[in-house]
Amino acid sequence: MTSTYDAIVIGGGHNGLVNGAYLAKAGLKTLILERRPFVGGAAITEELVPGFQFTTFSYALSLLRPDIIQELELVKHGFLPLLMPSSFAPMENGDHLLLGSDRDQNIKEITRHSAHDADAMDRYEHDVERVCQLVKPLFDRVPPNLFGTSPEDLADLHWLGSLLGSADRKVLHDTVRLLTGSAADFLDDYFESEILKGYLAASGIIGTKVGPMSPGSGLVLLFHKLGEHDGHFGSWAFHKGGNGGFTQVLARAAQAYGAEIRLDADVDTVITKEGRAIGVALADGTELTAPTVVSALDPRRTFTELVEPRELPADLVENINRMKFQGTSAKVNFALDGAPRYPGLGDRTDQYRGFVNIGPSMEYLERAFDDAKYGWYSKRPYLDCAIQSFVDPDMAPPGKHVMSCFVQYAPYHLKGSDWDTERQGFGDTVQATLESFFPGFGDLVLHREVVTPLDIERVVGLTEGNIFAGEFFAPQMYFFRPAPGWSQYRTPIEGYYQCGSGTHPGGCVMGAPGKLAAGQIIRDRRD
Amino acid sequence: MVLTTPFHPRLSALNTTGLYGHWAGYLSALRYDLSAKHEYFGIRNSVGVFDTSPLFKYWIRGRDAERFLAGVMTRDVRACRPGRAQYTLWCDDAGYVLEDGVLFRHSETEFLLTCAQPNLGYFSDLIGRLEVRIEDVTADYGMLAVQGPRSRDVLARLTPEVEGLPFFGLTQAKIADRPVTVSRTGYTGDLGFEILVPADDALAVLDAVLDAGTPYGLRPFGEDALLMARIEAGLLLINVEFSSSRFAWTDRQRVTPTELGLGWMLRGLEDDGRPFIGRTAIRREQAQRSSRWSTVGLVLDWQDWDRRHTEAGLIPPKDETPLTAESMLYDHGESGARIGYATSLMYSPVLQRHIAIARVRPDRAAVGTTVFLELTIDHEYRTVAAEVAKLPLFNPERKTA
Repeated sequence: MTSTYDAIVIGGGHNGLVNGAYLAKAGLKTLILERRPFVGGAAITEELVPGFQFTTFSYALSLLRPDIIQELELVKHGFLPLLMPSSFAPMENGDHLLLGSDRDQNIKEITRHSAHDADAMDRYEHDVERVCQLVKPLFDRVPPNLFGTSPEDLADLHWLGSLLGSADRKVLHDTVRLLTGSAADFLDDYFESEILKGYLAASGIIGTKVGPMSPGSGLVLLFHKLGEHDGHFGSWAFHKGGNGGFTQVLARAAQAYGAEIRLDADVDTVITKEGRAIGVALADGTELTAPTVVSALDPRRTFTELVEPRELPADLVENINRMKFQGTSAKVNFALDGAPRYPGLGDRTDQYRGFVNIGPSMEYLERAFDDAKYGWYSKRPYLDCAIQSFVDPDMAPPGKHVMSCFVQYAPYHLKGSDWDTERQGFGDTVQATLESFFPGFGDLVLHREVVTPLDIERVVGLTEGNIFAGEFFAPQMYFFRPAPGWSQYRTPIEGYYQCGSGTHPGGCVMGAPGKLAAGQIIRDRRD
Repeated sequence: MVLTTPFHPRLSALNTTGLYGHWAGYLSALRYDLSAKHEYFGIRNSVGVFDTSPLFKYWIRGRDAERFLAGVMTRDVRACRPGRAQYTLWCDDAGYVLEDGVLFRHSETEFLLTCAQPNLGYFSDLIGRLEVRIEDVTADYGMLAVQGPRSRDVLARLTPEVEGLPFFGLTQAKIADRPVTVSRTGYTGDLGFEILVPADDALAVLDAVLDAGTPYGLRPFGEDALLMARIEAGLLLINVEFSSSRFAWTDRQRVTPTELGLGWMLRGLEDDGRPFIGRTAIRREQAQRSSRWSTVGLVLDWQDWDRRHTEAGLIPPKDETPLTAESMLYDHGESGARIGYATSLMYSPVLQRHIAIARVRPDRAAVGTTVFLELTIDHEYRTVAAEVAKLPLFNPERKTA
């Protein structure tokens, strides 16, 4: 087996695979190392019960950059994002909100809850889309180095200045309101209906230790709205075979460009010599050499575990050590004997073709957050569910279903207990919440998988189980991600790069960090 | 009064939109659900059913049926054995296309033809002294298309005959104890089947199919989803990709089989000596290489598409709804020369690209040739680069496997 490469990528999650694929496409002899027996990182699909495909962690696609689909020719390797045509939000009084892809029907549905909000929805969507259109270019470009003085740095800053300078006054103001304010404040400007606000505010809390009323939730809301599916902002898709199906597509693309993927390869350290990276040492003692080493792991691991923090600038180490992770999300996934029944809709099941949003009001969400503030999981958690076998019948045996439930809040640090102790109690809490909306739910459960933040950390390797590899928090974004001065995918160690979700633009199955880092590496090699 | 098909009583109950078009005098669902794209993914990822009953259906029977059809149809029907079906064309004597249809050969002497327009009078006038009977049985049968990767699994639960049925094969079978003809045909370019059933048995058969399909996520789909699938599959549509020579005002509105990309139907023509309507003109076109057009696929340049719209301050649309209006094609940007036109244009969700079916000058038809497609963006004519590609643009192995 060869042991010398042009580039070694540590971590076979989606960003590692994207990065490796771009490097291999550029002609570099590339090796991607994955600690586990399969690639995918947090984007995997596992057959935990025969015939039932579980998306253990990440469970849907939206933020994936469209240019990656084209540039890596993913369609050739099986890329197939299935439309989720609707969103269903049950209510505690038995009513519901069901939004689909037909605007006129949506207006009628919203009118049932508030005539005032029917046109507010159109205004809200348009205003947010204008913000998305303004800031989207930031997602597809290396952040400027605020602290640099080279002509390139100045040109980058000039580019940013012109982008913002050309923005419409209202759009720029809305952008700032979203980036600094709370989801609640923003939504209150448009809506009065609790169910609608609960449904919309939910994207402001995903993966982050904020409530919808906390400043900062606006940023998270905007981030999720920047996702797209077939050109529609804020739209989600379900990849054929789950997100594991998607990372398998990425792996095939990377291999087709010549990248080698080695599984069960646990990297112990990055080997450095006189301040530059020269390869990696695996836990089993194997040494592999390459002048370029890329970490797809989170910033904590990239800067304090794979290399000696003592050899790095003190301010960088300090920033990385105080970077906020504090994972606050969990998953509970089910194999079901049949479709859940929502009494308000009788025997209908068409409402399950997209997400099922259990978060019927802003107050429900904020109260769920209250529990987390004081160190406990929510007694009535927010759930983002998807019965994925309704979108892709191949996910479960005929007539049966798999259901993925993203749960918030589940703080990594529990006051006076730990997640191994609380696992089943937490699972029961989630199931009881579902039972309250779908009577008889428990009788359908064939298998239940509880994934705590501690599991996310242990299994995937994400510090404190933070699904974004570093919280979405203004001081940790854009030219501060993961730390001031180190937002351009380089590190103080020459030849050592970072390409994980802890770098700009951040988490979600987006691939942008992997792609942008590859661009930087390829440019640096030319210079 | 607009007619309804034999499946209508059941399918109309499933149509939550109340949206129907009129197709050959029948109500035909445009979509059953608010999202046509969702129905489209039924075809591409699981399984869906489409009511294709409004097609005109003719029994062509008798000792001389094969001889008759060999003289009318452009494609050689003698190569179609009993138990097989054949997509075919008929032309006028100037070698221009009149129409297309599918011939199902039930036996040596029995053919069923399905087509989009009425043709009984025309065909009958051509019988002469041959022993052939042509009967319009359009209303006597329902025809249900079961299409998608899981279509075989669903039908296999009802009738084992589908397991070994080859692409464009047909067989007699029983579903819910009713006699049916099942063929491996369709208009989606995917794995799929069509069930021909006597009208009185249609509901029993439909119910059995819906029941068998429920665990597989089977759902009905309407014309909107069908018309998306057919463009990806490179399947032509009358009055969109071509119009009947009979009703054309000028030769520019007419096309020959070769110009329509169906030259493969003419293979072996030089030595089979078969007289058929249009043969002389078609032979002359072949000999003189006088075809004016080639029909090709186009895959639009995604970066150019995005750039053109972004420059105009718009979000680049990726709309799966087909545009059937012609878009002009140029050899260079806006200032180039006209070299053809696109007849159908859409964003393909499975290919993740805008695609088109187009007619270009034969010297521009080589795969990989760059052409420029004209669009109206923000009230200005703009062009977007596109590459010529082979039809069908989407051609999964399962279609014929």
